[in-house]
Amino acid sequence: MEPTRLIIVAVGGQGNLLASSVLGEAALIADIPVRMSEIHGMAQRGGVVESALVFGDARSTIISDGEADILVGFEPAETLRALSKCNKDSVVVTNTAPLMPFTVNIGQGRYPDLAELQRLIREKTARLIAFNATSLAKEAGNVLAVNMVLLGSLIQTGVLPLSTDHVKEAMKRKTKQAFLDSNLKAFQMGYDAAAQAA
Amino acid sequence: MHKLLTDEPGKKTFLLGNEAIARGAVEAGIAFASTYPGTPSSELSLNFFQMSKESDLYFEYSTNEKVALEVSAAAANCGVRSMAVMKHVGLNVASDALMTLAYVGVKGGMVVLTADDPFMFSSQNEQDNRYYAKISGLPMLEPSSVAEAKEMVGYAFELSEQLAEPVLFRTTTRINHSTGVVQFGKIRAPKTKGNFTKDPLNLVTVPAVSRKLHVKLLEHYDQAMALAEKTPYNFIEGQGVWGIVCNGVSYGYVTDAVKELNLTDRVRILRLGFSHPIPEQMVKKFVGECEKVLIVEEGEPYMEESIKALAQEAGLTLPIRGKGSDLFTRLYEYNPSQVRDVISRYFGVEDRTPAPVDVSDVPELPQRPPTLCAGCSHRATFYEVRKATEGMETIFPTDIGCYTLGLLPPLSAADFLICMGSSVGTAAGFSKVTDKKVVAFIGDSTFFHSGIPGLVNAVFNNHNLTLIILDNGTTAMTGHQPHPGVDMKQLDMDGYGQVSIEAVVRAVGVPHVTVIKPYKVQKSIEAIKEAVNFKGVSVVISQETCALYARALKLPKKKPFAVGDKCKNHKDCINSLACPAFYIWEDRVKIDATLCTGCAVCAQICPERAIVPAKLSS
Repeated sequence: MEPTRLIIVAVGGQGNLLASSVLGEAALIADIPVRMSEIHGMAQRGGVVESALVFGDARSTIISDGEADILVGFEPAETLRALSKCNKDSVVVTNTAPLMPFTVNIGQGRYPDLAELQRLIREKTARLIAFNATSLAKEAGNVLAVNMVLLGSLIQTGVLPLSTDHVKEAMKRKTKQAFLDSNLKAFQMGYDAAAQAA
Repeated sequence: MHKLLTDEPGKKTFLLGNEAIARGAVEAGIAFASTYPGTPSSELSLNFFQMSKESDLYFEYSTNEKVALEVSAAAANCGVRSMAVMKHVGLNVASDALMTLAYVGVKGGMVVLTADDPFMFSSQNEQDNRYYAKISGLPMLEPSSVAEAKEMVGYAFELSEQLAEPVLFRTTTRINHSTGVVQFGKIRAPKTKGNFTKDPLNLVTVPAVSRKLHVKLLEHYDQAMALAEKTPYNFIEGQGVWGIVCNGVSYGYVTDAVKELNLTDRVRILRLGFSHPIPEQMVKKFVGECEKVLIVEEGEPYMEESIKALAQEAGLTLPIRGKGSDLFTRLYEYNPSQVRDVISRYFGVEDRTPAPVDVSDVPELPQRPPTLCAGCSHRATFYEVRKATEGMETIFPTDIGCYTLGLLPPLSAADFLICMGSSVGTAAGFSKVTDKKVVAFIGDSTFFHSGIPGLVNAVFNNHNLTLIILDNGTTAMTGHQPHPGVDMKQLDMDGYGQVSIEAVVRAVGVPHVTVIKPYKVQKSIEAIKEAVNFKGVSVVISQETCALYARALKLPKKKPFAVGDKCKNHKDCINSLACPAFYIWEDRVKIDATLCTGCAVCAQICPERAIVPAKLSS
């Protein structure tokens, strides 16, 4: 099976690692080879968390610049920061709700203009799906379910060799029982949002 | 039951590299493990710690890596399978024990895990620990994937028993922190009790004994090389007259590149997984069958040096390259496209993989540097030290832990750092040759690890320095592991002692000792002022539980604060503390109530007393 490469970027605390582990479990259920790599040393101290997932027949666990088939960003400025992972054929899914870096909060550095940010990504890649995943997560009843909303959109794009059923089954195994319903709802809302964006 | 203790052979599961290694050790019947925590090895020890609570496995967090290695070495010398786990720089600390343990050897299998960190994701250097195999003469194994790491650990124990030597198991961050599908094997029942047979003429390394033991070590080295020639962990795949030699994660990048460049019929690959001693015959034969060889290894030209020497011995003159300004760098970790690019250029084939998008017109993005957490007690202590030393010329040697993040403005409380424990040792030197006030910072866990000898030295040599011990009750940076000062009953664990930092400091004869509560700003500043004005060694122990750890322990929460009406907007709070709970909204300072821990440090420094408990302000 030809490899498919996914990069997920987020800010510490946004649930990136759980999303990645759901995808890994889904691949295990679907019997698709998968490897993942993550850098999370300083996540609890406000840093960026990046996960790389490689599905299919490859041995590398990390993804170089230009190699990502799909990039999912939980935070818009982080999506833009990771753009060099993409090539002209890449698909990008991003949350449009910013989490201000502390440096901006104390007046060092400027947050990029969101319209300009989307224009840049759209212009350079094959497809951009951008929407406010944070408000959808709230609507689904769990503000922390941004990760599940974006998982829904990711699966809708069809770029990964995983079906909705595989991912839902993985969510049942990997996420807390008490949040399963709101997570499944969040997943569906993200899926629908991506379908509408098409 | 802990997920790594499941006795379901054949079960496939998605595991972190560190979990896979822990599982491999369990399957091999590990009975004894010790560590000092260090990224990227920390989760491996964490899993041992968790499993030790529900199985016969003995596990301990030792005070430092040298002690960890010694503890495990003794267990292994009684025939018990043991493992000492550490990050790469930890092996520097343990190396004194390792070098001579190689002479003495072991009875039961012993694995020494060293986790290297190319690119220094969370380390102070990126030294290549493969040279420890060379300098010690010990066998070394290096896995290329998570799944292989699990299998290889089992082999490491067998190899160790076969050679009666500890085995170095060398990983890199991308093994420890990658996740892959692993198939469980059978669990071998551990042998938990050992037997020590007195044999001083082989176990007590006085010169006459060691002269004999070195001969034995060299014999073991030859036996190890013979095994390396035959092991399935060293293999050749593919065919062609172009050769690539690789190890570790580079093997994955090489095989992916060879496929993507359509070179499968033209390139043969030698993967060295049992990489020390290097299998000389295998290498000579491989090189002899090639017209051109490329060596792909992160870090130093470790294999390259050996392979070039072996080719010379065999009278081979073909091009053999690895490091060089036009090829591979000695810096940082490698990545797939970098490896693909060098292979394509070295062998003169075209790389048609898509180019990355051009990001030259992307505006500069604000950084997200890691920062001390909201409510971190270190921030309070740093602020108080700066206040207490206002007007003084100071030098702040620091140490390894979260508090190293104090280097950034506005706290700017870190001037020099080389290794664990270096704060107090270097403070002595700085104080001797400058006329500046030297105030050193060290964490509680680091103090136990290697700060005590430096402090004893300062007392003995009567240095003029202040040591601030930042005691937050845990080893915070690596994920809240316990240390000798921790009350283990807080973790519902019985049977542990507890060492008081204050008692240690007083016992070594420090003439001026104070204990502060850093959330009490004014009192702390006064106590620090006294300490820094004392001529000689003074120690201030700043005690407050790590804010993240307090949350994990579910300690009672304090109410958040907010900026009230009295605020005159001079922003002293944000400018001098830079707590991440602050933000600016329409040019006014606000406090994010979800991040604020209620430490009230900002409330105490606001000249207007405008920062008040959130409820009262609304």
